[in-house]
Amino acid sequence: MNAPAGQNPEILAARDDFPLLARPMNGRPLAFLDSAASAQKPRAVLDGLRDFYESEYANVHRGVYLLSAQATDRYEAARETVRRFLNAGRPEEIVFTRGATEAINLVAETLGRSGRLEPDDEIVLTVLEHHSNIVPWQLMRDATGVRIRAAAADQDGNVDVEAVFREVTDRTKLIAFSHVSNTTGTVLPAREICHRARERGILTLVDGCQAVPHAAVDVADLACDFYTFSGHKLYGPSGIGALYGRLDLLTSLPPWQGGGSMIEEVTFERTTYAPPPARYEAGTPNIAGAVGLAAAIDYVQRFGSENIQRHESVVLKYGVDRLQAVDGVRLIGTPRHRAGSISFVMDDVHPHDVGTVLDREGVAVRVGHHCAQPAMRHFDVPATIRASLGIYTHASDFDALVEGLGKVKGLFQL
Amino acid sequence: MIDLRDLYQEVILDHSRNPRNAGRLTEPSGTAKGHNPLCGDLITLDVLVEDGVIRDVSFDARGCAISVATASIMSDMLKGKTLEEAHDLFRRFQKMLTGPDAEAEGLDKLEVLAGVREFPMRVKCATLPFHTLRAALDNEPGTVQTE
Repeated sequence: MNAPAGQNPEILAARDDFPLLARPMNGRPLAFLDSAASAQKPRAVLDGLRDFYESEYANVHRGVYLLSAQATDRYEAARETVRRFLNAGRPEEIVFTRGATEAINLVAETLGRSGRLEPDDEIVLTVLEHHSNIVPWQLMRDATGVRIRAAAADQDGNVDVEAVFREVTDRTKLIAFSHVSNTTGTVLPAREICHRARERGILTLVDGCQAVPHAAVDVADLACDFYTFSGHKLYGPSGIGALYGRLDLLTSLPPWQGGGSMIEEVTFERTTYAPPPARYEAGTPNIAGAVGLAAAIDYVQRFGSENIQRHESVVLKYGVDRLQAVDGVRLIGTPRHRAGSISFVMDDVHPHDVGTVLDREGVAVRVGHHCAQPAMRHFDVPATIRASLGIYTHASDFDALVEGLGKVKGLFQL
Repeated sequence: MIDLRDLYQEVILDHSRNPRNAGRLTEPSGTAKGHNPLCGDLITLDVLVEDGVIRDVSFDARGCAISVATASIMSDMLKGKTLEEAHDLFRRFQKMLTGPDAEAEGLDKLEVLAGVREFPMRVKCATLPFHTLRAALDNEPGTVQTE
């Protein structure tokens, strides 16, 4: 197939920055279409991690020796990199976490213990949420007695502002939703939801895991109260992520985990707590992870988020068009605005069987419920096949996918 | 490397498309649900046991070709078997898929699933119907999970 027009030559060349992608898979070139689960790492991140460990590594904070001071500088510089990346007002508004899951648990748990919620208060989620944006709220519900409501998606997988606010009542205290669905690739109208919520005094938490790799994010413009993402989906190391929280909220919420770094003074009678972000970073943090995440952000910003968005939308549309042209393929979710992911099913073949055949063709896709079982129920499918892209994805990866689907049909005599 | 046709043999495709003993029993002596959360395979299995002998088996499955074909072939083989023989069949089946060598003794038609052992990620698909069977024979409440 001809390469689609409108691709960015610089981004097309980015694939060479990712050593793993050169690895053959089952004797075939690897077509890696599972970046929504976790993205591959560019040399800039791998080298950045090694350099840091080889020349500047020590524990952070309170060290009086030069090395510790340098490591602290690098760790805090990484926080500043994340702040700029999200356009947060102040570095204190950025808390490093293990990932988005930990960040959402942090917010749910501290909000639950804050005394701000009463039984019969409500929080609103959407039907497309990843389990990581459902289960922490259920744990909090069990502790506080709040009610959880889920905004519906339409048949195409769109979640409109109106659908969200249909679930909002006078008792709604928080709306938590994904910026981009990890299943359908739906881009939610985050800005409209957050602005309307703020007018009504409702807090918002946006799970940006599937958004930050594909588009510029500006938390000030969104007017969200919390925003979170995982580093490993943004070409960074695993085990690091970030939470943006409005400073007055982070200052007024209770501490989360207890330990070193999050205190001011400890006696057996009473302990006083450090201000944010330290208050939420008990124990030795993932220092190298933060440095690696900053290297990943620097890497994508070399291309520019707008350029990445424009380029990826061309490749993604190519993937959608090619899949839609395959007889027996049905897309699960055809949202008006899509980023990152395409879910589909094949007539008469279970996604798991499709995945096994594609693997043999060197095509790595994810099959299953994508940690979004309510979304599966919404579309009345037990599982889907999901192809998701990254900065290194070429149109030819979708060619390999479609060719692999031809093999599936042959094998299953369709 | 094993050929995919050894995994998806004609017999397996046939059983997965036209599962034998599909449906539910009206008066089962035991029922169990099995779920493989990894891929969403879901099976509800009814058994009718009289005097220690399996008289009837029926199941309702929503899953991949491997799990549905296993359930279908298994259900065909179980009728008339004692509980002891059914448990023994499961042991042998597990041994064929995960044991040191692909020993298929006494497995009869289930031998067609021997190729699954070359796909470790798919072994749970094949064992789900058996785990569910065991729960149905014990008439355990709740859902059997493979992980």
